[in-house]
Amino acid sequence: MPGACEIARPRMLASWLDRAYGRPMGTGNVVGLRSTAVRSSVALHAAMAVSGLIMVLFLLAHMYGNLKIFEGRQAFDGYSGYLREAGEPLLPRTGALWIVRVVLLISVLVHIYAAFTLWHRSRSATAGKGGWRYETTKNRRGVQRSYASFTMRWGGVVVGLFVIYHLLHLSADYIAPGGASPSPYQRVVNGFSIWWVVLSYMIALIALGFHLRHGVWSAFASLGTNSSVARRRVLNLVATFVALLILVGFLIPPLVIFAGWVR
Amino acid sequence: MKITLRIWRQHDREAAGRMVSYGVDGVSPDMSFLEMLDVLNEQLTAAGDDPVAFDNDCREGICGMCSLVINGIAHGPEGLTASCQLYMRHFSDGDTIDIEPWRSPSFPILKDLIVDRSAFDRIIQAGGYISSPTGAAPDAAAMLVPKKDADRAFDAAICIGCGACVAACPNGSAMLFTGAKATHLGALPQGQIERNSRSLAMVNQHDAEGFGGCTEIGECTAVCPVGIPLDMISRLNGDVLSALRHNTT
Repeated sequence: MPGACEIARPRMLASWLDRAYGRPMGTGNVVGLRSTAVRSSVALHAAMAVSGLIMVLFLLAHMYGNLKIFEGRQAFDGYSGYLREAGEPLLPRTGALWIVRVVLLISVLVHIYAAFTLWHRSRSATAGKGGWRYETTKNRRGVQRSYASFTMRWGGVVVGLFVIYHLLHLSADYIAPGGASPSPYQRVVNGFSIWWVVLSYMIALIALGFHLRHGVWSAFASLGTNSSVARRRVLNLVATFVALLILVGFLIPPLVIFAGWVR
Repeated sequence: MKITLRIWRQHDREAAGRMVSYGVDGVSPDMSFLEMLDVLNEQLTAAGDDPVAFDNDCREGICGMCSLVINGIAHGPEGLTASCQLYMRHFSDGDTIDIEPWRSPSFPILKDLIVDRSAFDRIIQAGGYISSPTGAAPDAAAMLVPKKDADRAFDAAICIGCGACVAACPNGSAMLFTGAKATHLGALPQGQIERNSRSLAMVNQHDAEGFGGCTEIGECTAVCPVGIPLDMISRLNGDVLSALRHNTT
């Protein structure tokens, strides 16, 4: 039968025969398994989870710092100065800040590398069509998947572009709507007095909120902590809480400034 | 009942397929979905046409052969139900029903609605076994298994390997299947010896077959006819990460 040979794909034959019947357990076999598994989708998802959770910790600290805007100009600018002096004299000036920056940069690069590699694998595994690979137009949105889950990738791109815009705006003072200023407090107030700046931050933060809602849950699940139905509920609640906390915590300063209560 | 079917027809692996419409008259609400397809095939055969090829065997929801995407949902609209256990009473007179095969490049279409699922066999062959002396049945109390572990192993072992998880997954991932197959051995004491190497070998084979990664969306669990829970995947993830961390295998 000519068709029958094609069914068992020969390219796989050697490797599974090796594993199923070949070398005994506990010998060189396992080393090969480990070096292959390091590049597996499971390992890439774990890398994405850890880098993502590091960024979530940073976001929580960043959000806390932002709220110092309510303590006034001196406190906010003083806090900005403190971030540069932290760790002195053990560390040089801005030393601690640079450590955080390098850790974040590595996290971002790992996160992006893993995301694009896995995105590519998903495209290949669905002939480039994802969840839309069926001819029927019925039930295209699946049975139970959430809005947050199927906007992860493009939502991540939106968040990434926003981070560039945000760094150019409030960190580098390069894009300075409302006027540049050496005072971080003034830069924030100048920027968020303009409606489209507030709107752009709102859109980005909502995208971030959705990204975190699915991202925090799936990070814990990818790391193996989703061990039961009860645990799944807890992890989903934690993800919703973290997403809402970060969304609301970051939205308060721009909205309050735009309303004119902080000037 | 009168039903209009739109069915994916594809002559062989290489041929281009397309959706073809057929009318089926005199469908009883008590017919199963596959019996309704039998009626269609009798019509087609009587008319001298090629009958629609579809996989089926036990027709009682335990063999995992039936594999139809019905109106865009693997195994159709009823939860915890394989295509063969889906009854026509869940549809209405005059409905148009779209029927397609599992779509995944790792499951090449052989003909019409039949796909080649031997990728699953190779994942099982990579690690779905234990190295234990065989012989007479062991004494029932020789190795005590905690009830919790036995239940968990059984929850995993009920996977019938139909492939609906792959068909439903937006990433084309087979991690629900692989997680279930790894857990039903790894949850038991007899399966501990190879727990680390098994998780690595099965995940490596999963990736080598071209399946995508799991993003914890849960579409697979929504269509799974036997209700394999999502934590099977998380457990396999944990086993793989633990095997990578500890060089004790």
